[in-house]
Amino acid sequence: MAGDPTASDEPWLDTDAEPMVRIRGVSKNFGDVTAVNNIDLDIHKGELFCLLGGSGCGKTTLLRMLAGFETPTSGTILIDGVDMSTVPPYERPTNMMFQSYALFPHMTVEKNIAFGLKQDKLPRSEIEHKVHEILKLVELQDYKKRKPQQLSGGQRQRVALARALVKEPKLLLLDEPLGALDKKLREQTQFELANIQEQVGITFVVVTHDQEEAMTLSSRIAVMDAGKLAQIGTPTEIYEFPESRFVADFIGSANILEGTVTEDSPDHVRVDTNLGEIYIDHGQSVKQDSRVWIAIRPEKIKLSKTAPRTGRSTANQAEGKVDDIGYLGNTSIYKIRLDDGLIVDVTAPNQVRPKSRSHQITWEDTVYLTWDPSSAMLLKT
Amino acid sequence: MYGSRSRFLTVMLAIGLAFFYIPMILLIIYSFNYSKLVPVWGGWSLRWYEVLFKSEEVWSAVALSLQIAFVNATFATLLGTLAGLAMVRFGRFRGRTLFGGMLVAPLVMPEVITGLSLLVLFITLKQLIGWPAERGFTTITIAHITFSLAYVAVIVQARLTGMGQTLEEAALDLGAKPFKVLTAITLPRLAPGMISGWLLAFTLSLDDLVIASFVTGPGANTLPILIFSRIRLGLRPDINALATIIILFVAVCVAIAALIMFYQQKRQELDQQIANQGGA
Repeated sequence: MAGDPTASDEPWLDTDAEPMVRIRGVSKNFGDVTAVNNIDLDIHKGELFCLLGGSGCGKTTLLRMLAGFETPTSGTILIDGVDMSTVPPYERPTNMMFQSYALFPHMTVEKNIAFGLKQDKLPRSEIEHKVHEILKLVELQDYKKRKPQQLSGGQRQRVALARALVKEPKLLLLDEPLGALDKKLREQTQFELANIQEQVGITFVVVTHDQEEAMTLSSRIAVMDAGKLAQIGTPTEIYEFPESRFVADFIGSANILEGTVTEDSPDHVRVDTNLGEIYIDHGQSVKQDSRVWIAIRPEKIKLSKTAPRTGRSTANQAEGKVDDIGYLGNTSIYKIRLDDGLIVDVTAPNQVRPKSRSHQITWEDTVYLTWDPSSAMLLKT
Repeated sequence: MYGSRSRFLTVMLAIGLAFFYIPMILLIIYSFNYSKLVPVWGGWSLRWYEVLFKSEEVWSAVALSLQIAFVNATFATLLGTLAGLAMVRFGRFRGRTLFGGMLVAPLVMPEVITGLSLLVLFITLKQLIGWPAERGFTTITIAHITFSLAYVAVIVQARLTGMGQTLEEAALDLGAKPFKVLTAITLPRLAPGMISGWLLAFTLSLDDLVIASFVTGPGANTLPILIFSRIRLGLRPDINALATIIILFVAVCVAIAALIMFYQQKRQELDQQIANQGGA
């Protein structure tokens, strides 16, 4: 069950390989409502792929179409090269871990896990062996005789995972797998889940609305908005190179400014915005004078009480007053009000425990904002 | 506010309870009355119980009522469950709204109408195909099934809706074919609903006087029919004795049900404790 050591860490870059899941032009309508709108998506073997989006974006519907609980209104879904249109859920090489876990309350942990294997008519000894192995993997050997209602939330979550994994599906579908756990347990379980995925080497498709969860878990993320794919990429790509205002704003937070392109060279772009001139040190191929949007992440802005040394240009800097401070413990959020009333969010780590108030940045202080030429992100939509 | 018991509320509670229970207590006391005239107290006696137990007529009525109730409850549960499943699990099939309406119609239909229309049906059938040859056990049972299944269907529907469909989906997902899902997941989960449906159908049938009187024939007396026909000839002390036995029987059933519920709740609390102690 160990992962194939020769497999690449980035299987999606191999364009010749047959993807594990091939979704082509898939739409799903419920009456007048279009839940999923013409989606094309490839998911490769061994990936931990996240479908990320707010509620009602169609991510769960897409997952349920993979499982076979919903049939696409149009388009095709291929799993491991086989068209799934006429394959019922009980014959698909997929298993699902439900958001509510859906453990059978009238069966013990052991029987819950064995249920799927029994449907395959496996010999009893093999079933026992597999159940034993999977219980060891999720560390629940001592709980096999318990009923689901005698387990804590975290234990139930692991039983649900074990029950879906034990059938060794080609594709494991997870609907908000950590949604029902409290914050502390969720953070811990994120890593466990990613470790288990590496151990078993099964392709995971995870639906979540929690961007932090998606970032920690996944090899790639598909951000969905109103039934469409907004962007597909690795967590870094999605965070550092969002393609639209929606993605920039949905993943993390961003200061988004409207502006006009004043200079477009192969190696840099200049944009005029409310925040002054913004210089970006990589080419973007935008038209001169076109309307664009700039997104700057709050943590990419440096905050200082002393004015920056002005070099040849005044790009990538601004001056303002501290309007508000939110203390989060490890970081603080500063709301900086510029002269024209624009509010810019800046986050800074609280690296030293403040001893004297004089060095601290506090309310109504005049502060200077600067950022790196690589920090600003140019968005065309 | 809830701690200090208001005198007014206490009095109202006492009046309410008295209203419910004084008639029954009087009935029980009079069942031990020696006198042949119900309103005249003639001293304590078990005389009427003796009369009751020696009465062929009473015993055959009890037997008939229990048989009808049993067959009725079983068929009503079977059909009502199927109807409930169709309503909740078969999606939006053609005529679903009509079917749903027709399913609950017997609940709101006056019993006199149900009874009368069934009588007309049975008479017509007898003329057309010669069946049912005579009215009695079969006709009363059929009549009872028609209205009891509506109650079962309502209970099953409520239970199915409350259960949601996730567990069935999980079973399908794990490779169980639809029929296997029904037997391994849906029916075991539905069992409490089906049992309450069966019990309700059983009591409804035992209790029914109106519909049974319409569709019964010569010689087939259910217990309610017997009691009612005897009461028409005046209050009789042996009927008081019979009523006392029925009250006792119902009280025992209610006590058992309460005990079962009490232990179920205990077990849930215990499960919760086990879950909490187990840690994450």
